[in-house]
Amino acid sequence: MTKPSAQALRAEALESLLTEKGLLSSAQVDEVIATYSEKVGPMNGARLVARAWLEPAFRQQLLADATSIVNDYGFEGGQCEKLVVVENTPEVHNVVVCTLCSCYPWAVLGLPPKWYKEPAYRSRIVREPRQVLNEMGLELTDDVQIRVWDSSAEIRYMVLPMRPADTEVLSQAELETLVTRDSMIGVAQPVGVKG
Amino acid sequence: MTGDVDDMSLEGAIAPPMANGEILFEAPWQSRVFGMARCLCEQGQYSWDEFRARLIEVVGAADAAAAPGDEYHYFDHFLEALTAVLEDKQLCNATEVNLKTTELSARPHGHDH
Repeated sequence: MTKPSAQALRAEALESLLTEKGLLSSAQVDEVIATYSEKVGPMNGARLVARAWLEPAFRQQLLADATSIVNDYGFEGGQCEKLVVVENTPEVHNVVVCTLCSCYPWAVLGLPPKWYKEPAYRSRIVREPRQVLNEMGLELTDDVQIRVWDSSAEIRYMVLPMRPADTEVLSQAELETLVTRDSMIGVAQPVGVKG
Repeated sequence: MTGDVDDMSLEGAIAPPMANGEILFEAPWQSRVFGMARCLCEQGQYSWDEFRARLIEVVGAADAAAAPGDEYHYFDHFLEALTAVLEDKQLCNATEVNLKTTELSARPHGHDH
């Protein structure tokens, strides 16, 4: 453990004081951070995905011009230059990376997960995508082609995962709960899809 | 939740460090400070506008005092703005924070937190 910086100590002191005063708890702060980084963002993406599963016309629009759709929805962070949505099919599986840094479709997916920014993922997913996906728990059969999309400052990518089977009776809101952040990065399937 | 996020925009001079549209936390304490600021706001201790006004002041003062080539430390300002708004609301004052910081820094070396 390296010595914490002066600011880290000050932040810790503040949190400790506020906790002692009963104004907040560490669990609440954790919750806010988690909400912000994992729930709020991906929920926006999940809304798009679930709607695309339900409405073929919307799906076409999303695949043709996701940027306009994000702007229409008015998602926070929608200022990102261009969003491209790539569609998974039984033959093709898409996965997103940013090999140079951590470009990420923030408006639809929230804050990027830690592993997304790490050199290991950034370099290896391009060289050996099947192996990396495997290690992350996603096994694809050999006949599925894997396409890796390298994000940049100009273009971000989001994956439109395949709709799980036997979900015809589900509502949009119910479908949204199946769409995980990782499935929209392309390192996992939505809940209910066999890897 | 979307409404909450819309309400907390920080744009222009007080925008957080972004890399290609993403907010960047460079250290865990930065996300803690961000989390605390949001948490207390959600509890109604202050409005986001009140926090934002303080942040604009702090960043403005830092900009005015900065020499060319000085590094910009956004979350230092964010922390200062949070401390200021807490003082405004008489929830916590700078003296207490200073004392607690001194207390924490006196912990034995190797303390794992």
